[in-house]
Amino acid sequence: MLDIIAYSILNGVLYGMLLFMMSSGLTLIFGMMGVLNFAHASFYMLGAYFAYTVGLATGFWIALFLAPILVGVLGAGVERYGLRRVHQFGHVPELLFTFGLAYVIEELVALFWGTVPVPYRMPDILDFTVFTMAGLDYSAFKVFILGVSIFMFAGLWILLKKTRAGLIIQGSLSRPDMVSALGHNVPMVFTLVFAFGCALAGLGGVVGGIQFVTDPGMAFMMGPIVFVVVVLGGLGSVPGALIASLLIGILQTFFLSINFSLAGSIGTLGIESGGFFGTLWHMEATRLAPVLPYLLLVLTLIVRPRGILGKREA
Amino acid sequence: MTRNKKTGIFTGTVLGLAVAISPFTYADNHPIRIAYIEPLSGPFANVGDAGLKHFRFAAEKINEDGGIMGRDVEIVAMDNKQSPSESVQLVQRAVDDGIPFVTQGNGSNVAGAMVEAVDRNNRRNSDNKVLYLNYAAVDPALTNERCSFYHFRFDASSAIKLEALTNYMKTKDDAIDDIFLINMDYSHGQFISKRMKELVGEKNLDAEIVGDVLHPIGQVRDFAPYVSRIQQSGADTVISGNWGNDLSLLVRAIDSAGVDVNIYTYYGGGLGTPAAVGPSGEDKLYQISEWHADVNVDEGHTEYEKWFQEFKSRYPEIDWYYHRIYNQMHMLKNAVEKAGSTDSDAVAKALEGMTFQSQTGQITMRAKDHQILQPMYISIMDTDAKYDADNSGVGFRTIAKIPVEQATDETSCNMKRP
Repeated sequence: MLDIIAYSILNGVLYGMLLFMMSSGLTLIFGMMGVLNFAHASFYMLGAYFAYTVGLATGFWIALFLAPILVGVLGAGVERYGLRRVHQFGHVPELLFTFGLAYVIEELVALFWGTVPVPYRMPDILDFTVFTMAGLDYSAFKVFILGVSIFMFAGLWILLKKTRAGLIIQGSLSRPDMVSALGHNVPMVFTLVFAFGCALAGLGGVVGGIQFVTDPGMAFMMGPIVFVVVVLGGLGSVPGALIASLLIGILQTFFLSINFSLAGSIGTLGIESGGFFGTLWHMEATRLAPVLPYLLLVLTLIVRPRGILGKREA
Repeated sequence: MTRNKKTGIFTGTVLGLAVAISPFTYADNHPIRIAYIEPLSGPFANVGDAGLKHFRFAAEKINEDGGIMGRDVEIVAMDNKQSPSESVQLVQRAVDDGIPFVTQGNGSNVAGAMVEAVDRNNRRNSDNKVLYLNYAAVDPALTNERCSFYHFRFDASSAIKLEALTNYMKTKDDAIDDIFLINMDYSHGQFISKRMKELVGEKNLDAEIVGDVLHPIGQVRDFAPYVSRIQQSGADTVISGNWGNDLSLLVRAIDSAGVDVNIYTYYGGGLGTPAAVGPSGEDKLYQISEWHADVNVDEGHTEYEKWFQEFKSRYPEIDWYYHRIYNQMHMLKNAVEKAGSTDSDAVAKALEGMTFQSQTGQITMRAKDHQILQPMYISIMDTDAKYDADNSGVGFRTIAKIPVEQATDETSCNMKRP
């Protein structure tokens, strides 16, 4: 039993770290511009497709670096020539802009790469089993994903906390007027942060596309959950996003791995499996798992609107 | 002068195009039209688009051979956005346009709504009836309690697939002892979960259901937790009616965790799964289907192999997958010719009990419930297959051919006939 729990935690951490790679960029963008970037998951998708295409020519390792850079450049373009123009009309047009953009990107991807999933596979060098636990293999690629995400978190944390650039970004997050008055080019900072956030999502896509499936529906599938992470973790807080991602990843994996219902563990207590309460009492944990992140989202907004580590209200 | 010449060319082109697309071109030909009602936009657009290409190709081939009674067949594409209510409206539009046949297959919920719409129209609008040809919706209810005189199913129903599968399992009992059911949480998956449990008892299978999970459709990204449950249950066989990404992710998660199970599926050979699964499904992923590409090679259907290759060269990104569309179009042709018209009642009567010599053997449209009875194939994913599916590098190899008498079921249908 213990090894099954350990394996579940490992899987939960992996899923959580993938979520973190996607949402860390969004939390910066969201926190700074106050814009719900609906197209964020689309940049995750582009990361996967770019890595696949670039990888065909250069191999996986070069694509691992090139694809996020390409996505970042694209993100910069979107911010500079799209979002910034829409910005002056307020938040709602910005929201609609990103909403439309998500569809445009999805259709373009389907147009260029087709609607069938592309055969984007892990490099052979990572295609082996590192260890076996409870009769289940843990592949080297999963370890690699964990490594990339930890490296990314460390890099992000150092950038934000230990460098001058990070200082300006943090300043722009909370007091853009003041930072601007001090002579910094705040729009430029916005563009850079947006590009950087997109590149992070792209990096998530490079590894996520292999772990899951690379098809035009992948953005749509990941879209809602990254917002949950951002709100739960707190706007603009990278450590918050990390905690929220891990929390969601581990909780969800646990609910799915272990067959559990209140009736099964405590006893039926004479409660029939009908009616509102009865249904809840007999509900199996597996059926509850998909609702869980959204339940957390709703509860967070009611109980603690600024999220786990956020400084501002959502 | 040049300017006039250019204008002339331009006018000529526009006129030519206008003539080409205007209905007058066909005026003396009266094509027989079939309304194809499927999602052509949105998340399932790829599936709808692939089906449309199949139908257009089959229609073109029939037209090359002289059409139906000298008339061309024309497929009219209509986008239902995978919505039952849109589909009902489109049935109405087809009727208004005087189209005598509608065809659809994706989503049993859509199919259910369409059966009702077709029935309602035919009851009220007896001058303008329409026939519904179902090429893929597998909900058994459509040929049992909800059966209709105006509905014909050319795919094996879910009940028949399970029947064939369990008959096959009986012959190789030694390899199948512990079965884990994992399915999508809606009528399709719920049926498999329920019926499979009954069949184990009914057929006296020397096997046991050790797990039964329903998961939400299209929402699970990480199947690892499910795989850990499969492993804990000690199963050697997984049965799943999943399709699309829900199947691809499941197979990949099983492969990644190194769990040694055989996975029996309905849709392992299509809808994007071979490309997404790739070699990780080799010797592991089974499908039960009415046909697969290597059947042509194994059984020497050279004509049909040419058909397959021609389709491939026309649409390199997909493969000829729906053998049932071949059957459906040819049986419709025979029925219309037998009836001598496209009148719905006459064509329906001609189709009832009709037999057709398909490549896979003789197939019959059962008169009682309008369910096709045909041989089925159990095949396994194989990188050495002659034809790979959707350019994935993996194809399928036949493990067993289930004769038609082993791939049939009882029906409770008691339809009203005109």
